[in-house]
Amino acid sequence: MNAARAGKAPRSGKMLPGYNFAYLDEESKRMIRRGLLKAVAIPGFQIPFGGREMPLPYGWGTGGIQVTASIITPEDVLKVIDQGADDTTNAVSIRQFFERVAGIASTTRTREATIIQTRHRIPETPLASGQIMVFQVPIPEPLRFIEPSETETATLHALGDYGIMHVKLYEDIVRHGHIATCYAYPVEVNGRYVMDPSPIPRFDNPKLHMSPALMLFGAGREKRLYALPPHTAVVSLDFEDHPFAIQRPEAACAICGSTESYLDELIVDDAGARRYVCSDTDYCQRRAEARGEARGEAS
Amino acid sequence: MYVAVKGGEKAIRNAHRLLAHKRRGDSARPGLSVAQIREQMFLGVARVMCEGALHDAELAALALKQAAGDTVEAIFLLRAYRATLPRFCASLPLDTGAMRIERRISATYKDIPGGQQLGATFDYTHRLLDFDLLAEQEAPPPPESVPAPTEACPHIMALLAREGLVGQERKAADDESAPDITREPLAFPASRAERLQILARGDEGFLLALAYSTQRGYGRNHPFAGEIRVGKVDVWLEAEELGFCVPAGEIEVSECEMVNQFVGSRKTPPQFTRGYGLVFGSAERKAMVMALVDRALRAGEYGEDASAPAQQEEFVLAHCDSVEAAGFLSHLKLPHYVDFQSELGLVRKLRREQARTGAQEAEKEVAALETAP
Repeated sequence: MNAARAGKAPRSGKMLPGYNFAYLDEESKRMIRRGLLKAVAIPGFQIPFGGREMPLPYGWGTGGIQVTASIITPEDVLKVIDQGADDTTNAVSIRQFFERVAGIASTTRTREATIIQTRHRIPETPLASGQIMVFQVPIPEPLRFIEPSETETATLHALGDYGIMHVKLYEDIVRHGHIATCYAYPVEVNGRYVMDPSPIPRFDNPKLHMSPALMLFGAGREKRLYALPPHTAVVSLDFEDHPFAIQRPEAACAICGSTESYLDELIVDDAGARRYVCSDTDYCQRRAEARGEARGEAS
Repeated sequence: MYVAVKGGEKAIRNAHRLLAHKRRGDSARPGLSVAQIREQMFLGVARVMCEGALHDAELAALALKQAAGDTVEAIFLLRAYRATLPRFCASLPLDTGAMRIERRISATYKDIPGGQQLGATFDYTHRLLDFDLLAEQEAPPPPESVPAPTEACPHIMALLAREGLVGQERKAADDESAPDITREPLAFPASRAERLQILARGDEGFLLALAYSTQRGYGRNHPFAGEIRVGKVDVWLEAEELGFCVPAGEIEVSECEMVNQFVGSRKTPPQFTRGYGLVFGSAERKAMVMALVDRALRAGEYGEDASAPAQQEEFVLAHCDSVEAAGFLSHLKLPHYVDFQSELGLVRKLRREQARTGAQEAEKEVAALETAP
C-alpha cells in the first residue's frame, strides 16, 4: 500500500439507489479484472473481454469507465481528464458518473489521485508508484489502419511481424521528410508487442517508459484490454537515422509561463491571433499559484 | 481566457433541462402516454425491442418516449438497461413451428398446408396520405373477420428438407450451450449462432442496404421468400431442480426463411441453400434482410467467392451495430484539441520547410539565369 492509496479521503457517500457499487455487477467486474491481470502479465498484448453496454455512448470512454468501475474501491480518489483538462464536458460527465454510482471522492490534483482516467493525455506532473492510469482507447489495434482485418493483424502480432508498420513510418519520411504520426504513435512494449498508446500526443510517449504507475487501457466498443505494468520498457518506433523526437512547444503558456508542457492553441480574436495555454489544467493551476505566491513573497 | 472549456458542469446540467423541456413540447397539450406509444406505434416499439435486444414493449415504448422518437437513441437506452439485468439461464430453443400465427406467406408455393394468411400488413395498401387521420376521429371499424390464429403449421423449409431439396442444418448437441455475444467477446471467424445474434441486433438500415446490394449483384444468391411468419410463441425454461420444463410466457416474433441458390457437386446432389432471420415483434422487413445477409455470410461454407461487401464477415459483423456505430460517430463531437494541435504543429512545420526549400530552389534558378551567358 502506498501513501496515496492508504490516505483517507473524504467520500461524498451519496450513491445512486438500485445500482451496484460502481455500476457494474460484481460478476462483470471480476471478468474485467481477470482480463486486466492477463493484460498485466503480457504487457502490450490485447486481451479480448466481454465488454458491457454502458449508459454512456461508445466512443465516449466506455472502455476506460469499465476498467475504472472494476478496479475502484470506496477509498479511492478519482481524477478524470479529457484533453488534459478536468473541466472539459466529458471529463465532468464521467467524474459525475462515478460520484453518483460509487459515491467516491474525486480530485483535480494529480498528486492526490489514486486512479486517473484519461482521454488523450498523460499528466505533466510525474506519476508516483501506486497510482493507476486508465486510458480510454478508441482503436486498440496499432495496425488497424494499415491492415483492417482482425484475423490478419492477430497473426502479425503472434509472429511479431511488424514490417508493415515500419514501411508506413518509412513512407511518411519519404513523403514528408518526417514521421507524420503526431498522436497514437506506436510503441514497442517490453521488446515484444507493438501497442497503440491511445491517441495521446507523441509528446507524452516518453512518459510511458519505465513509469512507476500502472497503466491500464480499455477499449469498450472494440472489447479489448491491455496494460503496461510499472517499470516497463516502452520504446517509440523509429529508425537509426530518423530517431523518435517529441514536438517541442513553440511558445510559453500564457497563464503559468511553462515552456515544458503540452500547449493548447486558443484563437482569441477575429483576426486569428493565437495564444497558448497548458492542456494540463491542474499542472497549470499549481504553477500559476506557485508563481503568485512567489510574487507575493517578493513584494 | 479559459471561457471555451470552463463551465462544463453547469452547461451540461442546463442542456439536460433544455432537452427535457423540448421533449415535452407544449405543456398545454396532453403528454404522450407510454401505453399510447406501445399500442399505436407498435412497429417502432418492435424495432427498439429487436435492436435493443430486450423483449419488453413497455420499456421499449418508454425508451421511445424518452428519446423523443429517435429510434437509435431509444435502442441505446434499452441496451444500456439490458446490460444491468442478471442472466438466470437460457431458454429452450423457440419452437416456431408451434407459433400461433397472425401472418404467414410463402412466395414459393401457391398453396401451402395451413394456408397463407395476410394478417395486418402495409402490403397492397396504396401509399396515399390519409388526411382523415389529421383530425381527431373515431376508431376505425373492426375488421370484417378476425381469423383465428393458425395453430402449428409445418415450416415450408421442413417440407423441402424432407425431399432432400434443401440442406440440413447442423443440429446443436444436447450439452451444447448457446454462445452469448453480450457476455463473451467475438472472435473471427464467428460461429453461425453468434452471427445470427449479431444480425438480430444489427441496424435495420445498414442490413437492408447490404441485403439490397446482394439483390443487385454484389454477392447475388438468388433468394425466394420461402416463408415469412409472424405470431406468438411460448418461451420454455428447463427448471433443473424440478426436472421438467415450464413456460415463462409468450413473445411475438417474426421469422423468415429464404430459399437460395442451389449448390451441388459430383458427390452431393444439387440442393437449395437457406438464409434465416428471426426477430422480436412484428418486424418482417428486418427478418427478411437478416435472412439475406445470413445467406450472404455463408459464402465460405458453400465455397463461393466471397468478394462482395455483404459476404465479408468481419466487415458486416463489426459495423452493423447501431449503438456502437452511433456512439463512435458521436464521439467526433468530443473535444480533440490535443490531437488536432499536434497535427496543426506538424502541418505548420512541413509548410515552413517547404517554403524554405521552395525559396532556395527559386534562388538557385535566379542564380542560374544570372550566370547564364
